Amino acid sequence: MSSPRPALTLSRALSYAALVGVGASMLLPLAFMIATSLKDTQEVYDNSGGLFRAFLPQKLLWGNYAHVADVVPYWRFYANSVFVAALVTTGQVATCAMAAYAFARLQFPGRDFLFFGYLATMMIPGAVTMVPNFILLAALPDWLAKIAPSIPWAAYWTIGDTIPVGRLVGLDSYFALIGPSLFSAYGTFMLRQFFITLPRELEEAAELDGCGLWRIFRHVTLPLSLPALATLGIFTFLGAWGSFMWPLVVTNKEFMRTLPVGLQAFQGQNATNWPLLMAASVLMLLPSVAIFLFGQRFIVSGLQVGAVKG
Amino acid sequence: MKKWSQLLRALPFLAPNLAGFLVFTLGAVVVSFYLSLTEWDLLTPPRFVGLANYASLLGWHRAETGWEPLDPEFWQACYNTLFMMLGIPPTMLGSFLLACALNQKLAGERIFRLVFFLPSIVAGVAVMLLWKWMFNADYGLINRALWTIFGVQGPTWLTSVAWAKPALMLMGFWTAVGGFNMMLYLAALQNVPKELYEAAEIDGAGRWSVLWHITWPMVTPTTFFILTMSIIGGFQSGFDAAYVMTGGGPARSTTTISYFIYNHAYELLNMGYAAAAAWVLFAVVFVFTLLNWRNARGRMQ
Repeated sequence: MSSPRPALTLSRALSYAALVGVGASMLLPLAFMIATSLKDTQEVYDNSGGLFRAFLPQKLLWGNYAHVADVVPYWRFYANSVFVAALVTTGQVATCAMAAYAFARLQFPGRDFLFFGYLATMMIPGAVTMVPNFILLAALPDWLAKIAPSIPWAAYWTIGDTIPVGRLVGLDSYFALIGPSLFSAYGTFMLRQFFITLPRELEEAAELDGCGLWRIFRHVTLPLSLPALATLGIFTFLGAWGSFMWPLVVTNKEFMRTLPVGLQAFQGQNATNWPLLMAASVLMLLPSVAIFLFGQRFIVSGLQVGAVKG
Repeated sequence: MKKWSQLLRALPFLAPNLAGFLVFTLGAVVVSFYLSLTEWDLLTPPRFVGLANYASLLGWHRAETGWEPLDPEFWQACYNTLFMMLGIPPTMLGSFLLACALNQKLAGERIFRLVFFLPSIVAGVAVMLLWKWMFNADYGLINRALWTIFGVQGPTWLTSVAWAKPALMLMGFWTAVGGFNMMLYLAALQNVPKELYEAAEIDGAGRWSVLWHITWPMVTPTTFFILTMSIIGGFQSGFDAAYVMTGGGPARSTTTISYFIYNHAYELLNMGYAAAAAWVLFAVVFVFTLLNWRNARGRMQ
């Protein structure tokens, strides 16, 4: 790079132009989303006044954001999504870390065979397991009622007589939304790959000091693995937050819906109120964007592991 | 005895994950295969039908006008899925070119990377609704832009049999072009030996010539990996967007294989038929997974 030549400068200028152009086309739809969310209900159907007006609301109606729950129980959807995504993320990272530790550090009969089983199932499409899992959940309350008839497995529960929380198990239960996602073959695989790269010396030293397996895992392995745990946590959260098909099939009651399912139902109510729907959508994107901004470096590092997958 | 004590030591760590694995994956796979050999509407007991579901899915029969599939809807879903997978090569090419542009160590590279990556992070129902609105024939941003800038009356997009698939592909391009694939290309580009470029420069090769004769061949393993992963993903995708934006229509033109399975399982309650379709999907995906593994093994050696 000692003597930059004209050709190089020209190509750099072209690259810049291309990058700015592409960057703009990435951002424009999102800008339009925000602009629409601030418009008047009728203004979105007004084509006069050129293209720029589409991005410039006549008046910024921030109040739209206060009205997202007028037609549907939007905040209930939001609370459901937060609750489900939070539990899925912590639960999945915990079970995957524990299993990965066993696969990476412990000797036990059948270990390699079992690990191969985990690997082999990673390529199975979700469509294969979804139908039996749906049937299992649909049948679960009846089965459990035969085992423990004293518990009303199929009943819908409420907290304080006002807040419905669905069933204990089966369709329309938080168990259905969370349970099947509390483990993951891929997460186990990814963390196992990370754990085997950790130096054994620290763990051996802890063992000599008389630490049990559990303490070594908690106080040596996990603290050294925070980046990998963060990576898995971020991907799990984003996946759980956006998950659509599974919540769609296991929930019937409106109060059990998560945000994606609730939003999709939103558009069917009356004629679609686009400003409100876009406001609701913008609010849904906020957690993903925040996690993306704060967790970028973990996302990129996760790619290297992702590239080994397959 | 030692084996048992080893197992007892490992079991507390394994148990939670293993329980989920055994029930929701392994158990489900076995049940799913059994289901694919039955006819079951959930209301009456399942009836064993052997390979009949597979025969009706894949079979063809002789009609007056020639050979016709037993289930045209399944083949239409396959066609739709393959059609939308035509978006994969342009998206990959876009990712590659963007990565090349970013790899020049320009000022502001980090910002560009962030902006390009944003769509793949926000992808989901919210963005599908946004695109549904942008594709609106009369008031959508896209047709407004086509009219204002080019004076062209745009198509009706999501409600047009001809344009619904391209519309979903366009959204897919926007979502994916700057995402993970671009990052993979970027990582691959950083591993291309500098000496190759220097040698080409001495030979007086032009920028495009270097791009196509050195850079592109050097990232072939990455291209192969992205291609097979995209194909594997492509066969399984399309449900969310179609459900939210088109309902699989118009005239089933956006009903992909995954939508077909959903439709049979949860709307028509043909559990066995849906399971059989899922296994056909698995068989196709399996071929590409094997290809990918062979490639990965070749790379390691």
